[in-house]
Amino acid sequence: MHLPKYKLEKRLPPPLWFQILTPVIAVVISLLISSIFLLAIKQDPLQAYLYMFRGAVGSKFAFLEMLVKATPLILTGVAVALAFTAKFWNIGAEGQLYAGAFAATWVGIMNLPLPAPLYILVVVLAGFAGGAIWALVPGYLKARYKVDDVVTTLLMNYIMIYIVGGILSGPWRNPKTMYPASVEIAQNADFPKLIAHSRVHFGLVLAVLAVIALYFIVRRTRLGFEIRATGTNAGAARFLGINTLKTIIYVAMISGGIAGIAGAGEVAGVQYHLIQSISPGYGYDGIVIAMLGRLNPAGVLLSAIYFAMIITGAQVMSRSLNVPPYIASVIQGVTLLVMLAMLLSFEYRIRRER
Amino acid sequence: MEQLVGMKGVRKSFLRTVANDGIDFSVGRSEVVSLLGENGAGKTTLMRILYGMYTLDDGEIRIGGKTVDIGSPKDSIALGIGMVHQHFTLVRTLTVLENVILGLPSPKGFRLDYASARTRIKEISAKYGLEIDTEAYIWQLSVGERQRVEILKALYRDVNVLILDEPTAVLTPQEAQGLFKTLRILRDEGKGVVFISHKLQEVMEISDRIVVLRNGKVSGQQMKSETTKEELARLMVGRDIVELPAELTGTPKEALLSVSSLGAENNQGIQALKGVSFSLHAGEILGVAGVAGNGQTELEQVLCGVRSATSGSVRYHGQELANASPKEIIDAGIGRIPEDRMEAGLVLDLPLMENLVIEFFDKAPFSRGILLNYRAIERAAEELMREYSIKAAGVHEATRTLSGGNLQKVILARVLSRNPEVIIASQPTRGLDVGAAEYIHNKLLEQRERGAGILLLSEDLNEVIALSDRIIALYEGRIMGIVPRSKFDLEEIGLMMAGSTTEDGNAPSEV
Repeated sequence: MHLPKYKLEKRLPPPLWFQILTPVIAVVISLLISSIFLLAIKQDPLQAYLYMFRGAVGSKFAFLEMLVKATPLILTGVAVALAFTAKFWNIGAEGQLYAGAFAATWVGIMNLPLPAPLYILVVVLAGFAGGAIWALVPGYLKARYKVDDVVTTLLMNYIMIYIVGGILSGPWRNPKTMYPASVEIAQNADFPKLIAHSRVHFGLVLAVLAVIALYFIVRRTRLGFEIRATGTNAGAARFLGINTLKTIIYVAMISGGIAGIAGAGEVAGVQYHLIQSISPGYGYDGIVIAMLGRLNPAGVLLSAIYFAMIITGAQVMSRSLNVPPYIASVIQGVTLLVMLAMLLSFEYRIRRER
Repeated sequence: MEQLVGMKGVRKSFLRTVANDGIDFSVGRSEVVSLLGENGAGKTTLMRILYGMYTLDDGEIRIGGKTVDIGSPKDSIALGIGMVHQHFTLVRTLTVLENVILGLPSPKGFRLDYASARTRIKEISAKYGLEIDTEAYIWQLSVGERQRVEILKALYRDVNVLILDEPTAVLTPQEAQGLFKTLRILRDEGKGVVFISHKLQEVMEISDRIVVLRNGKVSGQQMKSETTKEELARLMVGRDIVELPAELTGTPKEALLSVSSLGAENNQGIQALKGVSFSLHAGEILGVAGVAGNGQTELEQVLCGVRSATSGSVRYHGQELANASPKEIIDAGIGRIPEDRMEAGLVLDLPLMENLVIEFFDKAPFSRGILLNYRAIERAAEELMREYSIKAAGVHEATRTLSGGNLQKVILARVLSRNPEVIIASQPTRGLDVGAAEYIHNKLLEQRERGAGILLLSEDLNEVIALSDRIIALYEGRIMGIVPRSKFDLEEIGLMMAGSTTEDGNAPSEV
């Protein structure tokens, strides 16, 4: 007896317009699927999405708040995209973000006698260094001893998050309020606002620069070539004279550094002090954003903004409709799954065999 | 003659290429049929369709006179068809016995019946001359022995038709003779054998009938007794093949590369090179003959900088190259054509132009500071593509889309673009069709003429004999002898590859 057989078959790459349209279709499909969950909690999906849309981009205020959210997401998305291009599976952007926030706070609360622009530069560099050092450990372990990077980067997250927690409830505890939060950083270290009466800060400029840097490094530099060669076939790259060990270590440090800048931005641009919940998981969101953006700079930028829209939109929606804010996470998850299915459909088609 | 298998109008296409374009093929009782053709002619595809690994797009298969619908290898085994693949499908950590009965229902139901299986395997191996220790683990066996296990596996399943895909590629001449003996017993017993090959010599030796494929079509069909090697070559290539020169002109000059007492381990940590010494001269091709697994691969890898030497030295212009990095070896001016072109010689997912410069991308004019000069890379790549007539849509094309012969041309173009003094060429024509192999051979001879010293490592003994000024035979990591061109003898070199030393009984320590 023969059951009908279905088989995945490689197919020719689809036309460009279709590739560009794919994320749009993915978003529409995932909103349709998410409707099921909204209906399950007895909400009108159309109304919910309307609130979401308003909450994300419906007003100038909403739009600017969305940009504040997008800032760390773009940075972690870029960080992960760069690492993944070299097949350094950096699941540790979250920990590197905390390390960057930690280092930025450290120099920030030193009250160095520096003018604002210089102090800001020092804070940014400290954030970069913090993240870079934190990523260097798994990077070195992978390059030198082939230790699994997924495991090390992930576990390093917990270490850093608990280090920050420990320090905040110990030496850095705010002596006045006794809250587990550091004192405020020096005013000269604060990131300037880009737009008056908003929370949009200098970090957004850094995020956009990071997107450009991602393109520039990967496509134009020698290191980028080494990254692409190492990422697509490390064995061949090594044979052909590329120092893959060095490449992985550089990638780990740059990737970690960019995630660290996200942390510095949250401290110096949003909170002005270090708190335990400095990131609600931006580092993990960065993984999804990088994948959704297909590791492509413009793609990462767009998907980070899409994520920011969902996060801010869902907050507004849940306040207005009394819907749990977790729905935003559900929509994010659904979007990723749908997108991955769509990407698969790029490369393969399903054929029924006789 | 009774027909065991008949295939009619078989058509199969993959994506952009038509692999089989209306092929008729049959195997009769007591018949050895060779499927001859260049790589990519569609031989393997056709047989994989028969074995149920691919489904045909169009056409018909008849087995024992009845039209059949083969959906999987399981179906085809049930219909009495067995196949020995080029890459074996054995479980390394299981014994011969376990591998043979793997996947079969046991007569004792839930319990495995080792005893009766062992008896049957012994019967089969005695009958067909397939000596093997049923209790040995696969990882302990040589490649030739593993092939015997594959054949045993098929015979244990009572096949009527046995397909062998390029079975001799991994064997010594002596082992190949052993295989042919087995195949003759099978034939005399009434079974049908399909022998896939692109080696004319062997095909003429073993076949009753020869079917030649070219570009997915049958280009000719001949009884062995009514054809010649020359005619088959013409059918296969579509033109006459130029014979390689019987005599090489010009005499080798000074020594360039001196290898002495070189030792290295294989991936299992077992000593694979045991004190190898030789020197390579300017203007010569030094052939290294050996069966797979006797140290050739390790020798190539040590010389290319991707395997560490445990002892000995490699001197080049006063520079020590043993345990140097690939980068240092490239920069010293050594050209490297690796055995594994897909996984070492090229990064297949990068564009063609990047692969054409990848060993030198850090040099001017391809790099300026930390930046790459893509205009210079593009220009150089386009020039190389023209010079070496590499067939590709353009230099921006992903390298993966190129055919095997063109991939090797990319490596050749890159390596030769720097006019290296020393070239290490490992299996440079393996898996290539006759046309591409001829191109590569001519290029190597050109380089020899230019004065380069070429170390040619190849499992194809005919290739080594045709091209080399001297031949080294490697066996179990040792040099069994060195033979100058005037004394080339297929038989003797074959014996050295199988472990016997030169006539005087001593392996020379210094060559």
